[in-house]
Amino acid sequence: MTAILDGAPRLQRNWDSRAACNFIGGGAGTGLLLASAAALPAGSNYFPSALLAVALIGFGLSMVWLEIGRPFRALNVFFHPQTSWMTREALLSVPLFALAGIAILADQRLVPLPFQARVPVAGLASAAAAVGLAFMFCQARMLRASRGVPAWREPALQAVIIATGIAEGLGLLLVVSLFVAPPPAWVAPAAIAALVARAIAWEYYRQRLQTWAPAAAVAALHRISLPLQLVGHLLPAALLGAAIIAPVSQLPTAVAGLAVFATGAWLKLTVVTRAGFTQGFTIPFVPSRGRNPAETTRWPPQITQPGR
Amino acid sequence: MTRYVMVADLRRCIGCQTCTAACKQANATPPGVQWRRVLDLEVGEYPAVRRVFVPTGCQHCSDPPCEWVCPTTATRRRPDGIVQILYNLCIGCAACAVACPYEARYKVEKREYAFGHEPTADEALRADDAVIGVATKCTFCADTIDAGVARGLTPGEHPEATPACVNLCISGALAFGDIDDSESRVSKLLRENKHFRMHEEQGTNPGFYYLWDRDPS
Repeated sequence: MTAILDGAPRLQRNWDSRAACNFIGGGAGTGLLLASAAALPAGSNYFPSALLAVALIGFGLSMVWLEIGRPFRALNVFFHPQTSWMTREALLSVPLFALAGIAILADQRLVPLPFQARVPVAGLASAAAAVGLAFMFCQARMLRASRGVPAWREPALQAVIIATGIAEGLGLLLVVSLFVAPPPAWVAPAAIAALVARAIAWEYYRQRLQTWAPAAAVAALHRISLPLQLVGHLLPAALLGAAIIAPVSQLPTAVAGLAVFATGAWLKLTVVTRAGFTQGFTIPFVPSRGRNPAETTRWPPQITQPGR
Repeated sequence: MTRYVMVADLRRCIGCQTCTAACKQANATPPGVQWRRVLDLEVGEYPAVRRVFVPTGCQHCSDPPCEWVCPTTATRRRPDGIVQILYNLCIGCAACAVACPYEARYKVEKREYAFGHEPTADEALRADDAVIGVATKCTFCADTIDAGVARGLTPGEHPEATPACVNLCISGALAFGDIDDSESRVSKLLRENKHFRMHEEQGTNPGFYYLWDRDPS
């Protein structure tokens, strides 16, 4: 039984591109924090990549702050850690910024001299990365908790959000490395693995939605799927593969990283702003108004069309 | 225990939208905000098509997803089952709006008037800045219920303790009362009729029932 007119799914307007920016900045930023911490033992320069990561996360949260209706009450967001993933995300942002900030300062030897030798940069960076991963998970759960929007509450979206965040982080590390120093050798293979994971998660997510989500949401995701797979997965994987086989220049890997980040952002923007259809309204039974109540069990009635 | 619920008899609803108008008058909601909506559904496929009017709004679920996601605890469930929003806590993040499977929540960013840029006398009198930039929704006219109960009246029986939409429904399609009271009108209606709830598969245990046929048993 179908319901149309008033009951049709409609595009939600409560979360717009500003909310999408939180998922874009938060996912890519925490992914980059993770990649930066992982690259630190190999002698990678922590400062620029971690600074960019923190800036991205801060940008995302700032955009949410601009979206909320009562920005000067923003601290109330901390009141409900028992069940709210938004509260948990906000709570995690405090140690995330603190740990990453101290790690950056320590890496640059900007902490007071007596403490310099005692501040374990790698340990702090790892802790910041772990908190960042939890922050990313909270973001994925925020979408899943949005029960009014089928494309968001689908559990398979969590894997997409996490795989995208990790892939974006590795991609951005490759971009940053272009301007500082070559990345550790494991980054390119790890980025390919993350891309494969994202591609699989994306296709699985779309397949899951096709069976039950509003057609408009499925269509919105379908529209970006081919370009996403080509530009977001195939092209960067090819560039990274070529760089592994013949490491001539850092430019191809940086281009690949940029493509991974840009398409990841596009994916999240689409999911939030284009696929965010409500489920609409349907009724399982039709009222027996104006007819013998016994007839209602025979819905739909057998109506013979004229001429047949 | 008390749990207030609403019952809509789909056989009686004629889609006149009087409940919507009553709600807007009682709660002074701005243009575009309908805490009590009446959906005009076309059901079935040609030629077996029927038109059905379905009153809807906040379902005052006993396991409301809006309460779970609210980061501020502004959305909370009262002991009598009414889901309320504390406007002074709400930050307007709209997490509740996207969590609600019933599209029952609204957020208005600035004052809007029904006729252009100037408020009518009523709008000017009843404008409330507390509801700007925060989530709003049907309250089951909780203030009316509370005032009525304080006077010893019974919600659903006495108009002074009953939501405006129920009071003004011209076809008697809407009923209100305590489902935990076996003698209440809503309990009797649910006993005597077949009924369903919207999106029951979501597991929110909504407090809004739809009657669609007599129950011969």
